[in-house]
Parts: sequence; C-alpha cells; structure tokens
Amino acid sequence: MSTKQKINSQIFQDSNDIFYPKDEIEVSDLVKDFYKKNSSIELTGTNSKNFIGNKTQAANKVSLSKLSGIIEYLPEELYIKVKACTPMKEIEEALDKNNQELAFEPLDFGYIKNGKTNKGTIGGYLSCNYAGSRRFKVGSVRDHVLGFRGVNGKGDIIKSGGTVVKNVTGYDLSKLISGAFGTLVALTEITLKVLPKKQLSNTIVIKVDDRKKIYDFFDKIASSSSEITGAVFLPDEPDDGMFVKNKETIFKFNDLDFTGSYLALRLEGDKVSINEKTKKITKELDLNKFKIAILDNYQSSPFWKKINNLELFQNTKNNLLRIVIEPANGSEMMSYLGNKFKYYIDWCGSLFWVEVPPKKNNKVSEIKKKSIELGGYMTIVKTSEEYDYEETIFTVEPVRLMISEKIKKSFDPKRIFNPGKMYRGI
Amino acid sequence: MTQIALPKIDRSIVSRKDEIVKSLSKLTNSENVLSHADEIKPYETDALAVYTQTPLAVVLPENTSEVSEILKYCYEENIKVIPRGAGTGLSGGALPLQDAIVLGLGKFNKILKIDFENRCVVTQPGVTNLGITHAVQHKGFYYAPDPSSQLACSIGGNVAENSGGVHSLKYGTTTNNILGVEMVMMDGTITRIGGKSFDQEGYDLMGLICGSEGLLGVVTEVTVKILKKPEVVKAALIGFPSIQEGGDAASEIISSGIVPAGMEIMDKALIDATDNFSKAGYPRDAELLVIVELDGTESEVNELLKKVSEIAKKNNCSSLKLSKNEKERLSFWAGRKAAFPACGAMAPDYYCMDGVIPRGKLSQTLLEIQKLSKKYNLPVANCFHAGDGNLHPLIMFDGSDKEQLRKTEEFGAEILKTCVRLGGVISGEHGIGIEKRELMCEMFNDKDIQQQLDIKQSLDEKNLLNPGKVYPILKKCVEEGRVHVHKTENKFPDLPRF
Repeated sequence: MSTKQKINSQIFQDSNDIFYPKDEIEVSDLVKDFYKKNSSIELTGTNSKNFIGNKTQAANKVSLSKLSGIIEYLPEELYIKVKACTPMKEIEEALDKNNQELAFEPLDFGYIKNGKTNKGTIGGYLSCNYAGSRRFKVGSVRDHVLGFRGVNGKGDIIKSGGTVVKNVTGYDLSKLISGAFGTLVALTEITLKVLPKKQLSNTIVIKVDDRKKIYDFFDKIASSSSEITGAVFLPDEPDDGMFVKNKETIFKFNDLDFTGSYLALRLEGDKVSINEKTKKITKELDLNKFKIAILDNYQSSPFWKKINNLELFQNTKNNLLRIVIEPANGSEMMSYLGNKFKYYIDWCGSLFWVEVPPKKNNKVSEIKKKSIELGGYMTIVKTSEEYDYEETIFTVEPVRLMISEKIKKSFDPKRIFNPGKMYRGI
Repeated sequence: MTQIALPKIDRSIVSRKDEIVKSLSKLTNSENVLSHADEIKPYETDALAVYTQTPLAVVLPENTSEVSEILKYCYEENIKVIPRGAGTGLSGGALPLQDAIVLGLGKFNKILKIDFENRCVVTQPGVTNLGITHAVQHKGFYYAPDPSSQLACSIGGNVAENSGGVHSLKYGTTTNNILGVEMVMMDGTITRIGGKSFDQEGYDLMGLICGSEGLLGVVTEVTVKILKKPEVVKAALIGFPSIQEGGDAASEIISSGIVPAGMEIMDKALIDATDNFSKAGYPRDAELLVIVELDGTESEVNELLKKVSEIAKKNNCSSLKLSKNEKERLSFWAGRKAAFPACGAMAPDYYCMDGVIPRGKLSQTLLEIQKLSKKYNLPVANCFHAGDGNLHPLIMFDGSDKEQLRKTEEFGAEILKTCVRLGGVISGEHGIGIEKRELMCEMFNDKDIQQQLDIKQSLDEKNLLNPGKVYPILKKCVEEGRVHVHKTENKFPDLPRF
C-alpha cells in the first residue's frame, strides 16, 4: 500500500464510498492522490443544489460537508470568514445577531427541489452565483466574495483575495470561481463581505392589467433615486387555474386585497425614509391612477422570502429556466412567452423564471434562441425527468468555450473536478 | 536612478526594428506607428516616473480589427506588447521594454452608445472616467467609481487596474460596475464577454480581466453601468485631537451600521499641507480630520448625519461642521482633492503608496508609519479612504538624491509589509505593476503565485503581453526582496523569468 493510499484509507468514507475529508490538508491529500491516478471526482457539499448543471460522470465522490464552521466574524470590519461548507442558515443566524446580512439575498432552492427549505452551504452559493431580488441594486454573489482558499486540480492549496473590499493584488480569482460549479477548485474557506441590515421594509403592490405598462414601471423604478431594492412582476399567466390558485395561496397577505397580475416593489430603510420614498415613488410612477396595496414590514419580509424561495415553482416536476436578458428587451420576452408558459419577472425586469412542462421540451431550444437574441442567456436550472438534453443546460459560444477550456486546464490540468458538469470538455 | 529587473531583452527583435516598424505600418495607418526618439519619448514612462524605458516603437491602432492584426503579428513574430491607456497608472504597469512595442489605445476615444433604457454606456477604452459621467449627467446619471485621476485616466486603464475611488465601500470598484467588455487576446482572437445584461453564465472572465493589469488581453470596448444620482448628498467635516480618537470614531461609524458614501481621513501633516495649498479652511488644531459623506433621501441623510455627529462627539472631536449646501460640501473636499499637488509643492518629489488595512487598525498603522518616518528621516503625509480601508501615505523626498530615493522605496515597502502584517493587502487600487512586484511574496506563497502564472500561461503562452509586471521576476518567492540595480551595471540583468 502506498503512503497516499494509507492517507486516503484514514479519510472517512461512508457506505456509498463517498470521501469526507475533515480539513484542507485532507482535501489536498485526496486530490493529489486522484491526480496521480488520473481519477475524476464529483465534488459536493450538502447536495441542496446538486440538481443544477449536467450530471457528472466521475469515478469518485468527495463531500466537502465536514469543512463547516465560522472561522472569524468581525462585524465592525464588515466581513465573515467561514469554512466552505458552512450552512447558509448558520451564517445568516450569526449575521442576524449583529443586524447584518449578505446583501445578495441568497435564494432557497429547497422549495423547488422538494417543497422544503434547504439553503445548503455557502460553497454551493458561490459555485452557482445565483443572487436574489436585490441583485440589480447590490450585485451578485461574486460581488460579495472578498477572498477564498481552496485546492486546485493538482492538489495544491491556493488562495486569492483577502478580507478587505479594495484589493488589486494579482488576478481576482474569487470572481473566476464564482459560478464555476466546482470545476476549478475544491473550496475550503470563503471570506464574504457583509452589510448592515435595513431596519424595515415595505412593499408596494400595484395591480397592472395592461402588459405594456410593466416595462414602463420597471424602467422608472430602475432610474429612480429612491433606492428601490426589489421589483418583481407576477402575472396571472398563463390562463391556468392551478397556477393562479397557487399564486394566490402563496402570496396571501392581509393587506393584499386584490387578485390578478401585479408588480411589487420594495422600499427599505427607517420609518421616516420609507414614508419619504413611498411619497416620491408614488409621484414618479403616478400610482394614484392604479389600484395598489402596501405591505408593512410584517408582510413585506415574507413576501420577498417567498419570491427568493421560488415558491411559485415549488416541487416542480417541469423544466425550470432562468433567463437573464437586457432589461430594455423585457417587453419583447413577455410577449414571446405570452400565455404559453408559467413565469415571473425579477431583478426589475432583467430576470425571468420560466417553467416548461416536459410535453413542451422542444420549446426549450426556441426559448434559448430568443434569450440570446435579446442580449442574454438561459440556464436550465432544473430539468424534468423526461428531459432529453437536446438543448444544453448552459449557454456558451465557441470563443468563450475555448478560453474557458484554457482556464480550466490551468487549474485542473487532468480535468478531475466535476467533469462535464458545465460543458463537454470542461 | 534606481533600476529594476526586467525580462531579458531579445536582441534579435531590437535589431529588426526597421522591418518591424515597416510591417506594423501595413497593419494600421502608417502615421499611427511612431518610432523616432522624439515621437516615442512621451511613452517611455507612466505616472510612476522614476522608471523610464524607451520602447522599440509605439502603435496607435484605430479599431478592434487593427488591434487584432497587430497582436497576431506580434504573436507570430514573438514581439512583446505593452498595452497603454492614458498613462496615469501609479505602479509602472505601462512601463515599456526595449524590445517591446507600446500599444496605445489613445485613439479609442469615442463613446459608442448611451443606453438609458438599459442604464449603461458602451464606450471605447480611451474615453476618460469622467467623460462617461459628463455624457450622462444631463439626465441625472453618473458612473460610480471615481479614482482621483478621473479627469485624465481612461476607462480601459480603470478596467486593467480595477480602479476604485472614494466611494468604493458603498458603490464598489470597477469590477462591480462594468457589464461587458470586448477584448483581443495575444494571438489576435477577438472575444466579447458580457453585454448589457447581468451575471454572464460560465467562468467570470470579466472578473478575471478586471484588475489583470494588461497581462491577459487588450480591452477594446467597455460597457459600464450608470447609476441615478442620489437625491441628497451631505458631508460632515470632523476634527479630532488625536489619531486614536479619530480612528476609533471612523470604526464606530461603520460598526454602528452606517454605510457612508465616502469617508476620508487625513493626518496632521496632510491637513497642514492641503490647507496651505488650497485654503480649504480645515481645522489646523486637529491631529486627524475625518470627512464623512452620506447620500440618500433627505430624511435618511439627516438622520445619518445626526448619528455621525453623536459618534464624533462621543469620541471627543475638537470640531464638527455639517455641510449646509452643495458649495460647502465641495469645500470640505477641496483640500482632500488637492492632497497630491499639495505634497508636490512641499518637496521636489513624493511617492504615493497604496496599501489596504482593516479599518480598525487605522490608529495602529498611522502610529507605525510615524515611527518609520522618523527611522528614515523622511516626512510623510497620510490620506486614507476609511470607508474601505485604503491608505495612501505620501512620502516626500528629493529624487535627485539617490540615497533619499533608495530610502523612500524602502520606507514604502515597509509600510506595505505593515499593511499585510495587520491583515491588509499591498494594493487597493493602483495595482502591482513593477512597483510592488516583489512584495507579492508578502501576501502569497509559491503555490498561489504559480496558479496565477498558470492562468497567464494558458492565455498568453509565449508571455508576450506586458511581461515582467505584477509577478516577481525572480524564480521563487524565497529570493524575495526589491531588486535594485545601479546604473553602472547591466540595465536589464539576465535573470531567469518566473
């Protein structure tokens, strides 16, 4: 038995042959060993988001879930340093005690997976780089990562960044590993920027029947100086009784006293500033001409949680598409989707979540084409069981793929991390 | 003059100068290729003027396909290329090499599209940072990152250095404010990354390019996000009798949950220098001056100013002024904005450092810098972007005195090592360039640096694009230490490249 094999034999392996390294050194030893053997690895955390991306055909499974715990949290320095698989719940609870938060609003993918909350780990959030409703104001997950440590495909422990917000010391690898779906580095430590929580939130819900008005609203909201931190449109489309009923059940609030399609926008701050912003935006959007409802803090917070839990699509057995386009092209995307699909629009008009039932699998390619035409991209976040993979999960054009292949090689020359998870050849 | 190790010169390239100039002249208008000594003189340095080097030639292409053709030619002929924006960089990132051409993007000076509907501007890289704001301010928009050189620095250079400014804590740096770039790789391949929509799927190549100091590709177009101007902006000008009390107040402002749009600190030396220079009306009795800028709605800003005032008083401030109008707010900034010329007026030369520290370590850092100032017997003035921890000590010296220059560089390096020791980094916004190359080993070990070099190698396998910058040129970090070569010795010592 070689020394390396001996080391591996000491790393805990469960009955499904999954390795559970307990620290960075063990991760490094494992990867060095697999590197030598040319043997591929599927990297996982706690599996809350493992349905996203292509199925990896790897010889081994390594769970990083034992790398968990807060290493250092300095509220006054506005950062938290954690082990890579620290549960998001634990991080949010710690921040909450100090009235701070991760401003990118982590989505909860548990609801679409099986109808229950499961935020998984911070490593998963970083690997997917999917931000919640506040994205158009504060940036994505990648904009809140200050630094990381991890193990590359050769087994070398590497780091980049630090704990400060301004940092130009070498390439910004924190950005590169965000959204890389574990294909570049096995993450071991992550440092995140944290921000103070806003005292209160209020939501103005506007009943809008005229589809043409939606993007007029979004445009004014995005161009307002009222610092609106959420803007979402929930249509009563398609003409599907179940969808509408589901929407009404999920978004049932005391002060939301109307049904039908509506646009909701969020104002945050203290009481006085919220009142001031409400007045201003009422004027800017000419809201006196519309039926509106105002959700106070007790209703506003759960409203946005439900949006960021993707609860409209909970337990979905269909394909779920995430489409990001130029906001100015949103109207066109809306008319394209028309009455044919269940969808809603977030990020003040930039992000569409669209559900496509298996019987319409052939429409997926068409929607992707449209997304690209409208200056964006489409990801199939969840596939139905019957999905035939005729259209790829991710979108990439040839030159970018070529560059991505080169970068992949520089981190993981033997392609042992999550092969095929993103693209063929990566 | 102090000299620094640069990559080995390829004499065969130097000897082919005429032929290379001729070939380049076929790839762009021949007037765009400069090769006579007096023509290329302005390109022999950037804003780190202590280092100079005449390049082989300077090429000023006019469009992306010319950039692509030029890079392809250089790639095939193994000619090194130094990309250059406005040349305002402070870390020597655009320092030429004797056997390299300088690729100047000065002719890329047009704004291509102002798109209010998508709240972005598509621009060529040679447009100045402030030029973007000027183009959109009539509709109440602006481009957020505001490096102090914004009047002159180009947006392409901002992408290369991931420039920040005084509002970075709240509004981020360049990397958080761009949506897309068009870029040409060293082999001439043209690629577009991002566009007008958020978060491009796949590897975040834009995040990688931003701050890569011209080592990975040449940016030929940038799409930047524009923001609506905040409704109200007000500032507080607060004097403190000691470094400790001022530093504590700044930390407390952040930890109390306030995110100021900007928070600047100046020490006694800089208060005096700038007040003499610009007659800003700063409190001369203060040891530390803090400017806190807040933006938002009227009531929000007033409420925050109240909180800031309470914290200032609690920490024993010696003076406190709140801006009553826009004119007064701008007057608070007048001195701070004149920090560099004010230091320039006090000594023949000044050396601007760019470290970052955790905010809470401000007092400790300033006290350590004071000690070092005594040790090296060189005056130093400090300004500090307290919101984001970015410290700019300005060391004043006489560059004609070689000994002073040597001491200045040592002093600067020691300040940056102190930053790293206290949990910070060696560059917040000026980049590494050639200036802090060897100090990278203070932050990173061989494995960390090797990974970065592997990325460079993967995108520029012949190491032709801006070689010799950012990464230590000596073989390993253990050989760390700034390299000084006297003029009498070989100008570019034959050292193994990393």
